[in-house]
Amino acid sequence: MKARVYVTLKTGVLDPAGKAIASGLHSLGFDEVEDVRLGKFIEVELSDGPDLKTRLEAMCDQLLANTVIEDFRVELEG
Amino acid sequence: MATVGVVTFPGSNCDADLRYAVDHTEGLEAVAIWHKQTELPELDAVLLPGGFSYGDYLRCGAIAQFSPVMHEVVAFAKRGGPVLGICNGFQILTETGLLPGALIRNSGLKFLCQDVHLSVEGRPTPFTTDLTRDRSLRFPIAHMEGNFVADEDTLDRLEGEGQVIFRYEGGAPNGASRDIAGISNTSGNVVGLMPHPERVVEACVGGTDGVGVFTSLQRALS
Repeated sequence: MKARVYVTLKTGVLDPAGKAIASGLHSLGFDEVEDVRLGKFIEVELSDGPDLKTRLEAMCDQLLANTVIEDFRVELEG
Repeated sequence: MATVGVVTFPGSNCDADLRYAVDHTEGLEAVAIWHKQTELPELDAVLLPGGFSYGDYLRCGAIAQFSPVMHEVVAFAKRGGPVLGICNGFQILTETGLLPGALIRNSGLKFLCQDVHLSVEGRPTPFTTDLTRDRSLRFPIAHMEGNFVADEDTLDRLEGEGQVIFRYEGGAPNGASRDIAGISNTSGNVVGLMPHPERVVEACVGGTDGVGVFTSLQRALS
């Protein structure tokens, strides 16, 4: 089974890389861009088992995200 | 003679400099600690050096916090043992939760390798009692992720409790909140800072302002 984990910066945490991307898009003429936030997308292959969602959330809490600065969202395939 | 453990993670690159600084302080002896050790020898203090542990994969310090030795380092810190994290060591201490906040990408998106001027503030710690508060100190920085962030309540608490130990003078070059360069935990025995005191312990390599960090430790342990 495949899981998708999205890790994003919390609202209010400065994202210098996102700002740089936004300014790059502006210089390409994409004037409609108002803001860009850069995050991480992590694919995890899992063997089937109980409580996969809970276990994935524990993985995020303990390692995949730093909850001081990041939020996470977990999707299980299928 | 007080023994000071200096942990080497895969990717640490300031560990030898740190051992040198310790060994050149009268009354201190450095002990090299490998990250895979599951037990610490009898130690009086533990130092986490700068570098790029585990290639900074995922986040700086994120993987190193699970190195086998860190379990013992956390226990040592919780018993009140003096622990200092410099640069990547500071990042590891925030990832383990021994220190609050986090260190994110420099606001200018550039790796910064330069001297900074620092003020020493806050509560006395085992690493700072010998540092003068009468003038600024000049330490080098060399980092990509030194931008200290925490929520406003945490920042207020750090300031209120005297846990802001080092502050950049003239503005933080990396964008750090409230110009914070180094902090301590609530009891003061765990300290982390981005600048490198171990790189300024001899005049021939740029200055001696960092010496006080190591003599403070010697004094605290004697």
